[in-house]
Amino acid sequence: MAELKKNEKIIELIDLTRQFEDGVVAVDNLNLYIRKGEFVTFLGPSGCGKTTTLRMIAGFDKPTSGKILLNGEDISLLPPNKRPINTVFQRYALFPHLNVYDNIAFGLRLKKIKVTYKDKNGNTFEKIEKLKKAEITKKVEKALKMVDLEGFEKRSVSTLSGGQQQRVAIARAIVNEPKILLLDEPLGALDLKMRKDMQLELKEMHKKLGITFIYVTHDQEEALTMSDTIVVMKDGIIQQVGTPTDIYNEPKNSFVADFIGESNIFSGTIVGDKKVRFIGHNFDCVDEFEKNEKVDVVVRPEDVVLLDEGKGQVDGKIVSSIFKGVHYEMIMMVGKTEIVCQDTVERKVGEKVSLHIEPDLIHIMAKEFSSNKYDGYITKKNTVCFGDGEFECDVTQLYPGSFLDEEGYLITAEGDKIDLTDVDVNVEVGLKDIEISDDQDAGGAIGNIVSMIYKGDHYQLIVRTDENEEDFVFDTEYTWNENDRVSVIIPKEKIKLTLKQEIKR
Amino acid sequence: MTEQNTQKSEQKHRKFRIAFSRKQLCIPYGLFLVLFVVFPLLLIVFYAFTDADGGISFDNFARFFTNTTTLSTLLISMLLALATTIICIILAYPVAYILAKSKLNKGGTLLMLFIMPMWINFVLRAMAMKDLLTLLGIFRFNNYLNVIIGMVYDYLPFMILPIYTVLVKMDKSYVEASKDLGASSFQTFRKVTLPLSMSGIASGATMVFMPTMTCYVISDTFGNGLVTIIGKLIDEQFTTFQNWNFGSAMALVLLVIMVISMWITGSFKSENNARGTNI
Repeated sequence: MAELKKNEKIIELIDLTRQFEDGVVAVDNLNLYIRKGEFVTFLGPSGCGKTTTLRMIAGFDKPTSGKILLNGEDISLLPPNKRPINTVFQRYALFPHLNVYDNIAFGLRLKKIKVTYKDKNGNTFEKIEKLKKAEITKKVEKALKMVDLEGFEKRSVSTLSGGQQQRVAIARAIVNEPKILLLDEPLGALDLKMRKDMQLELKEMHKKLGITFIYVTHDQEEALTMSDTIVVMKDGIIQQVGTPTDIYNEPKNSFVADFIGESNIFSGTIVGDKKVRFIGHNFDCVDEFEKNEKVDVVVRPEDVVLLDEGKGQVDGKIVSSIFKGVHYEMIMMVGKTEIVCQDTVERKVGEKVSLHIEPDLIHIMAKEFSSNKYDGYITKKNTVCFGDGEFECDVTQLYPGSFLDEEGYLITAEGDKIDLTDVDVNVEVGLKDIEISDDQDAGGAIGNIVSMIYKGDHYQLIVRTDENEEDFVFDTEYTWNENDRVSVIIPKEKIKLTLKQEIKR
Repeated sequence: MTEQNTQKSEQKHRKFRIAFSRKQLCIPYGLFLVLFVVFPLLLIVFYAFTDADGGISFDNFARFFTNTTTLSTLLISMLLALATTIICIILAYPVAYILAKSKLNKGGTLLMLFIMPMWINFVLRAMAMKDLLTLLGIFRFNNYLNVIIGMVYDYLPFMILPIYTVLVKMDKSYVEASKDLGASSFQTFRKVTLPLSMSGIASGATMVFMPTMTCYVISDTFGNGLVTIIGKLIDEQFTTFQNWNFGSAMALVLLVIMVISMWITGSFKSENNARGTNI
């Protein structure tokens, strides 16, 4: 990166939007610039808009609104053949009726350049000419050498292996000396070994050529290996832009954390100055957040240190251990939460262990809080226990079309009889669906009001229980006092239940 | 003793049991092929190389290649077929191209409209066309022109369909790649789309050229009885003149011409197919 001309923007996307005819917004108001000579990767799951963005840069797709600037000039309406940009296609798109040489020479033969001549009188004049045959041959040979395919000129492209076709496709693009090379998941069709080799070769090629590479992939490892800059996308919106190290170590939100590498993601609450509570323990951390803020906590499996029982911060039990070559991947259960950890020392399944996480390895991200989510279970009486309380609920929502018989068993629409006792469920309660009362017997759970924030036209309150410090967050129009002791009331029909896993019948 | 007997009879039984596999399923068609294709073909060869008395002779071929009437009829048939094929290509390609690219042709409804004439009895179609041409006043200019119009009208769908199929199946990324490499829309058509659709043109040409050489119903209807093509000549030998030997010889010559033309267009196709698969 040091030899790059600093901050020279080669391409800039301004408010770029692409909406398809069926109303789907593939790219939503995208703003991004790419520096000259950079290796940029668009990373995201399929359907995130990365390919559409690439196609708009190439010119195959026209933006619904917004601009694409190339060296400061708007090119968004220019047809693809007028852009100094070349593409390596996902399935190569090598012309089957041409041999390797003709495929690579395709672009060169169309190229017209200005040649300056001098006539007898010494006047110079310019003529627009096609490239000379010898020149084309020279360039094609150079490109073939670059991709290690010397001597393949006469071969028909259908006789080439996947890897060789890939190389021809790259040669066909770079031979035109584009300002930007676009690569649309070019390694997707290759096997793992070949892909690894090609990754390094592409990286090498990028260094040698000095062309700006824009690379599209859904493979996070590929993105981390090759890129100078990664652009993580989801639903047509950029989630994070940064270097591979930034993206891996400091993911901006839980989506990025989950998409890049393996990670444990917990819901947590800030309980004090640089203190965060998750999996039932208050951890020290380094990020500063508002007290009582709901956050996502990300911990990489390799950052969880396993110690003997009682020696760490939280105790738990190993429930699974898989040998992965260099390390063991183990799953530790703390209460009802699974924590994935990696260690070179194996812990046996069933062993009681304790975990320790260093403060700077706990990554905390702000979370948009839209509803309360809890882990719960169904009781014998078909009520649900969560948040240190027991609430009446409608269990028939777990199976559409089901009903309860006189003995309290659930009869599904297919006529199966299910005993729901002790079944684990996810519980969701909306912010507007909770009421509180001074009468401590009125509701299902009891706690203290720990926070009350005025939000324009209503207050947002948090009630925290004593035992497990579970929080109930909700909106209300009434004022209360902090530290009031109240009971939490949730109407039966407002408790949304989903099964954690399918019940065995 | 009795045990041995039963064993033997069991073995006999086994011999007669047929394992019903895919090979056996071919038997009915195999028989059909031998009876109605191979055997008649051999008969034609036999008749072509014998004279009226049954002795082996090459007179039939000598007569064919020395007689100006037969030779000129063959030439005219070939020219008519060639003209028909070329006009069909010129008319069918744009239609197929537009159908393949058009958003209106979702589910192939438009294509169906172009193909539908094939479902109507072609003698009926030919008569109707003739009446229409007469009505329009085009019919009186030239009998050969009439025949060509009739043949193009009749065989156009056979040209549209294979070209359309090739164009629809063609990977759009080829066109994109071509434009990406700097080709304009016209250059892309000339350098990528057209060469890649040659296989469709070739199979269309085969499907038009060969039948038009022999389909004398159309030449009779549209030619006012004044245009004779090779198919008609063969028919006359078998029906009017009862000279099966000469008729067979002509049929054999035609067969050879067909095989050669197949081979020419086929070489186009196979080359393209081999290169075009799975890329």
